[in-house]
Amino acid sequence: MTRPLLEIAGVDAFYGASQALFAMELAVAEGSAVALIGRNGMGKTTTIRAMLGLVATRGGAIRFRGTRIDRLPPHRIARAGIGLVPEGRQIFPNLTVRENLVATAAGRRAAGPAWTLDRVYGLFPRLRERQGNMGDELSGGEQQMLAIGRALMTGPLLLVLDEATEGLAPLMRREIWSCLARLKGEGIAILVVDKDLGALARLCDRHFILERGHCVWSGDSAALLAAPEVPHRYLGLGATPQ
Amino acid sequence: MDTILILTQALNGLQLGVMLFLMAAGLTLVFGIMNLINLAHGALYMAGAYLAAAAYGWTGSFLAAVALAVAGTAALGAAIELAALRGLYRRDHLDQVLATFGLILFLNEAARLVWGPAALFVPVPAALAHTVAILPGVPYPAYRLAIIAVGVAVAGGLYLLIARTRLGMLIRAGASNRTMVAALGVDVGLLYTAVFALGAGLAALAGAMAAPILSVEPGMGEPILILTLVVIVVGGIGSIRGAFAGALLIGCVDTIGRAFLPSMLRAVLAPSASAAVGPALASMLIYLTMAVVLALRPRGLFAARTG
Ligand SMILES: Nc1ncnc2c1ncn2[C@@H]1O[C@H](COP(=O)(O)OP(=O)(O)O)[C@@H](O)[C@H]1O
Ligand SMILES: [Mg+2]
Repeated sequence: MTRPLLEIAGVDAFYGASQALFAMELAVAEGSAVALIGRNGMGKTTTIRAMLGLVATRGGAIRFRGTRIDRLPPHRIARAGIGLVPEGRQIFPNLTVRENLVATAAGRRAAGPAWTLDRVYGLFPRLRERQGNMGDELSGGEQQMLAIGRALMTGPLLLVLDEATEGLAPLMRREIWSCLARLKGEGIAILVVDKDLGALARLCDRHFILERGHCVWSGDSAALLAAPEVPHRYLGLGATPQ
Repeated sequence: MDTILILTQALNGLQLGVMLFLMAAGLTLVFGIMNLINLAHGALYMAGAYLAAAAYGWTGSFLAAVALAVAGTAALGAAIELAALRGLYRRDHLDQVLATFGLILFLNEAARLVWGPAALFVPVPAALAHTVAILPGVPYPAYRLAIIAVGVAVAGGLYLLIARTRLGMLIRAGASNRTMVAALGVDVGLLYTAVFALGAGLAALAGAMAAPILSVEPGMGEPILILTLVVIVVGGIGSIRGAFAGALLIGCVDTIGRAFLPSMLRAVLAPSASAAVGPALASMLIYLTMAVVLALRPRGLFAARTG
């Protein structure tokens, strides 16, 4: 494994008095894809929020490219090279598609060539057709593409996607997965939360399973596929990778 | 009540309207985006007027005085935001009202300490100290026309800033989802300081332009603050377009009401009754307007999509 791009080591996170993460462990190697897996409410989104400084952490350390980021404000963390595609997409509804892409763009450090509007439109031609529409006039799938494009426009080394295929039609899901494979091929590291174990096993190099705020299992795709009782135990019946 | 008088009063209303717009633009952005009720916005208008009077004394140039007043008040606004208001965004509105009311007292007292309690006067700039015939035989002060022109130009510029620039996009994005803006790498604190400074600069522009037609004195910002609050409520909080429409509406209703309502009442009421009711009703007219607008459109004329 190459040196970790992102490393979360022994981190606790809290919402007020209630603890949501317990000595969380996670690592993403440069250019690799990592899955964060678990049932609803197990702490996947909280892990992402902790990483971006959106929820307070105690203990442990979060490092990005070897530098501590766990006391930095969110905008400094993002600028270090993390592009967030959040749960629920969170498109700016009162900005056009083009403005959503441009407003927070910053050719920061992108793995590979800089992300431009043309490059994003090349990845998602649908967005070019819709570029004058307001964010809230898009379908769910289009919003998801826009959220990914918006994160890419910040020039990330690590793209973080929280339930990016949630609620999308099968065709649209396939498009998102193939887009992620392409991005990985271009050298962008990816941290992805999703429920589709088959797709995760194909895309990702490592998998981390969360159970009530603890990381209870981690391994590579071969290990995940070789141990069907693991997803069965932690994800419930029927959660076997196809 | 002839057409000439109506035209003159309409222009007066327009002139008050653009002044109110310069005030309302900053107040509505700060409220709409940062969720901060800033009662000290009128004190920034006063600061602009005082700085213009002082700078006019140093430079002898009205243009330079206005520029210095705007820049100085924008810097003052940024300093106030950093030092005093940062901690208030998450507090409830009553805390904000108390704190910014304290700022009013502080700034009024500071003006009194520095410049004394007596009013300062700034002459109308020589180049505009004449009248222009708006119709053959109908003179109107060139300076007031210039105020209208500047106000309309600034409104256009502000529209372009909000609609076309990166800063404008970020202002709108920040109004709808500040967490997401921060998570995408934008320093929202800096953005807020910039918006506050922009609002302070616009208030100062209004104050500086008002300096030659009003007396510059402590407390001069509070009457216009009340009108401005009415404007942003009528226009729809957070909306620049609403601020513009609301400002022109309130400016015209107030001016024209005061000019014509007493004489109109005389046509239907006994002279003594109309003399008693007229002025009172005229000064209430803007509040009646606000009540009607809110009854028809509870969120104001242009309910902002920006949150
Ligand atoms: N804003 C919040 N305030 C309090 N508790 C929260 C908040 N958000 C999430 N939680 C709790 O934290 C736990 C983890 O939630 P989350 O990270 O959203 O789970 P997941 O993304 O895995 O579905 C859950 O028990 C949830 O109820
Ligand atoms: Mg979640």
